[in-house]
Amino acid sequence: MNFEKNKIIITIGLFIIFTFYSIILYTSVYKNDQSTNDTNHDGKLIWQKYNCGACHQIYGLGGYLGPDLTNEYAKRSEAFIIAFIKNGNNTMPQFDLTDQELHSLMQFLKLLDSSGSSDPRTFKINTNGSIEQE
Amino acid sequence: MEVLNKNKKAVASRFILLGLILLVLGMTFGLIGSFQYIIPGFAKHILSFEQVRPLHVSSVVFWIISGAIGAMFTYLQEYNNKAIFSTLLLKIQFYLFLSTFTLICISYLMSVFGGREYWEFPPILGIPMLISWVLLIINFFKSLRTLQHQPVYIWMWLTGVIFFLITFLESYLWLSPFFRNYIIKDITIQWKSYGSMVGSWNMLIYGSSLFCLEKISGNKKYGHSKIAFLLYFTGLFNLMFNWGHHIYTLPTHHYVKHISYFVSMTELFIIGRIIYLWKSSLTEAQKYFHILSYRFIVAADIWVFLTLLLAILMSIPGINVYTHGTHITVAHTMGATIGINTFLLLAFGFDILYKGKHHQQYARLPFWILNGSLFIFWISLIIAGILKARWQMDTHQIPFSSMMIQLRPFFILFTISGTALLISISYFVYLIMRNYLSNKK
Repeated sequence: MNFEKNKIIITIGLFIIFTFYSIILYTSVYKNDQSTNDTNHDGKLIWQKYNCGACHQIYGLGGYLGPDLTNEYAKRSEAFIIAFIKNGNNTMPQFDLTDQELHSLMQFLKLLDSSGSSDPRTFKINTNGSIEQE
Repeated sequence: MEVLNKNKKAVASRFILLGLILLVLGMTFGLIGSFQYIIPGFAKHILSFEQVRPLHVSSVVFWIISGAIGAMFTYLQEYNNKAIFSTLLLKIQFYLFLSTFTLICISYLMSVFGGREYWEFPPILGIPMLISWVLLIINFFKSLRTLQHQPVYIWMWLTGVIFFLITFLESYLWLSPFFRNYIIKDITIQWKSYGSMVGSWNMLIYGSSLFCLEKISGNKKYGHSKIAFLLYFTGLFNLMFNWGHHIYTLPTHHYVKHISYFVSMTELFIIGRIIYLWKSSLTEAQKYFHILSYRFIVAADIWVFLTLLLAILMSIPGINVYTHGTHITVAHTMGATIGINTFLLLAFGFDILYKGKHHQQYARLPFWILNGSLFIFWISLIIAGILKARWQMDTHQIPFSSMMIQLRPFFILFTISGTALLISISYFVYLIMRNYLSNKK
């Protein structure tokens, strides 16, 4: 009987902790996480509309065929990135984006770059196995 | 509830049959995708990579979900020895599921995307999926009378159906500007939902696996034992809180990473138990190895060990910083989806749909080809991942495209082993389908 009761108590307990944890994560403010404005918000939706994440990564999450683009804005000029999108290469197809779409996408990449660095070389590994970004 | 008969069970079997077709379809898309790795621009004007990848991912995810639903409802009926609450609801759910998948494929072929990982289809197509899952929950709860004194697999199914709904809804929170307007928050919640969602379908599949083992061995004690529930609660704990290992390198809250690191390490207990029981598992395996479904469960057990070992290593942030964003993550996913989920679902396929004696002589060679090719596939991805990790950490990085050229031999290896995987899995799907259709006549 106790075993049955304990199972219910553990389940309810875990579920309550899970719910609180979720609420904290939903409502808390994240460091360096600036709110998008109309332009870069549109850029984020354009990233999704053309399914850029199938080939490219943001913070190491996404596809593996192309490079991680989290900090690409800081590494290349806007003109270079736009030319790449318009012309493609051996692997990447050409994308026929409007000037407005390209502008919004660039603003999104700019905001993304300002949110942090995805470069693993910027992490310091502690002896307990945890990591810190330098 | 109605009395169980062959026709009632057949409705649940449809999910497995559909799943088997999706498995072959998904692996074919995966093979096309792998050719695009080794031949740059391969078929990019007909079916470019941003179309092939979601076709592959959605087909395989739908195979896992569809197979898991079919097995769960079949076994639930066998457990109750009665038909489920409503076969009509299950039929509606099936056709909703099938039509949604068809629309998803059409949207990808027309390059209409929602653009989120896993669910890359337009968000509107999430509505029929949601309705379909609500129907499943109604059917499941109405078919269960009580939770008192139920074996562990009932708890696992219950957890799976509830958490899939929660995490599915959570994965669509991005539709609200409150989440979407913040990049880091959006990615954190996205991977929170995905991490737990994978845990939820694993609960459905592992629950069925325990039922299937109980059925083969006739030992009904394990399902009620304390150790079974201890392992279940370890799994539930991880389902809820270990998802943070996906985002160690994201500048999110530090406590998310610390919690995930700690929770993930509790999986060492599962690894320890596998090692402790290794010898007795081997003796047990020899006893039932002639049963094809049992053989797949044994193979899945070995893949649980390998995949869990890799997962635990990747859950250490200091190691994850090297492996994240590399093909080691893909190796882990492939080990879990093929070696564990697919093998277990094939075991259920043989158990539920295959009638009469298995012709072992026809299955032995394909079984070993399947396992051997999966191992080569897995290793080639790990080596490609190690090379990419070395490139990521290099202070004088060569261009991305040059690094990809260096990885090409391993991409060729995973394409060749992937072809062998597709052929051997298709063979088993053919065996099940042929037997099922000939018995139906």
